[in-house]
Amino acid sequence: MSGDVVVRQVPDGPLLVRGADTIQDENGEEHEVTRPVVAVCACGKSARKPWCDSTHKSIPDR
Amino acid sequence: MHLPQERGPISRHVIQALTHEGDDSLSLALGPGDVTGDEDVQLALWMIYELHYRGFDGVPDDREWDLGLITLRRSIERRFEIELRNATRDRLVPVPDEGDIGRQLLDLVAADDGPALATFLHRRASREQVRDFLRERSVQQLKESDPQSFVLPRLDGAPKAALAELQYDEYGGGRPERLHATMYGDALEAAGLDRSYGAYIDEVSALSLACTNAMSMFGLNRRLRGAAMGHLAAFEASSSVPSRKIAGGIERVGLPAAVSAYFHEHVEADAVHEHVASTDICGALVAAEPSLRGDVLFGAAVSLHLEALSGAELLDRWTPGLEAAS
Repeated sequence: MSGDVVVRQVPDGPLLVRGADTIQDENGEEHEVTRPVVAVCACGKSARKPWCDSTHKSIPDR
Repeated sequence: MHLPQERGPISRHVIQALTHEGDDSLSLALGPGDVTGDEDVQLALWMIYELHYRGFDGVPDDREWDLGLITLRRSIERRFEIELRNATRDRLVPVPDEGDIGRQLLDLVAADDGPALATFLHRRASREQVRDFLRERSVQQLKESDPQSFVLPRLDGAPKAALAELQYDEYGGGRPERLHATMYGDALEAAGLDRSYGAYIDEVSALSLACTNAMSMFGLNRRLRGAAMGHLAAFEASSSVPSRKIAGGIERVGLPAAVSAYFHEHVEADAVHEHVASTDICGALVAAEPSLRGDVLFGAAVSLHLEALSGAELLDRWTPGLEAAS
């Protein structure tokens, strides 16, 4: 992949990231991007960080 | 793939039309009952649709456009669509006919209180029930994403680019072993089941056929492209959390990691795809073609409706009498 990285914050949801090669998690570890778009956890509760696993849907604060 | 066994007069007629040359004058009246749960009619429709996908051993490829079969298909589709529109009307009453369609689609899914199929698979299902679930879903998942590919040439601009992006991921992102349909085959095989396309066609229920037939009906009729994309959005948006539960259930009953791998992949993929489908595809589609708004919502409601019927059917099969109380 090359070119611009585009990040979009989904309301009450993850960050949608297009155009990135890797995502660095909170411990500095690099995770390879293998999809055209990835959803990065923004609620901090995912069990598969840095990726969103939709756990935010189970948190009743909407 | 072999032709299925007949399940009544309509499917028998289709099988006969496919195995005998030159029957292009098929005119067959459907019975008065609903077609959604009619295994004979759904199997007939499934066979006619399969001519557009993989075809059947010994059936000439040009039967795909047999006028008699197309006529029968249209008469079944007409009934099926009317039933689905009637069955989903109440679900759509609260949705305003303007506003953010992406948000409305996700809200529609969030408001769904369908049967707790994934929760049952997660916590209680036996190994054999998990395998039964894998079998029932195989008719749909072994051609995963194929019905939606028919929509690509019917879109343009932003919604087309977004659908292509989503489909590229569904089709493995350039890695054949990551094709979702192939991963489903791997899951079947690891669970000791037959991965070949159509292997369980004679065993699956009318509703399992109806779920996949609805996708084909939406994908193969350009008029229903909005419904196809709304269905996709609801399907993707009701997949990530259930997939996590189903993966947990598969691990609980001790099936191999290759079985749960398919569902783990969908936890992550569909957390992305629900937003791509609802906002980037459906949002852009409705912006480009505002007249499709109603059909986008209709397609989403059909996905929820048929999944609910199918989930209730499986729960009732596994725990007779309990489903109504839970």
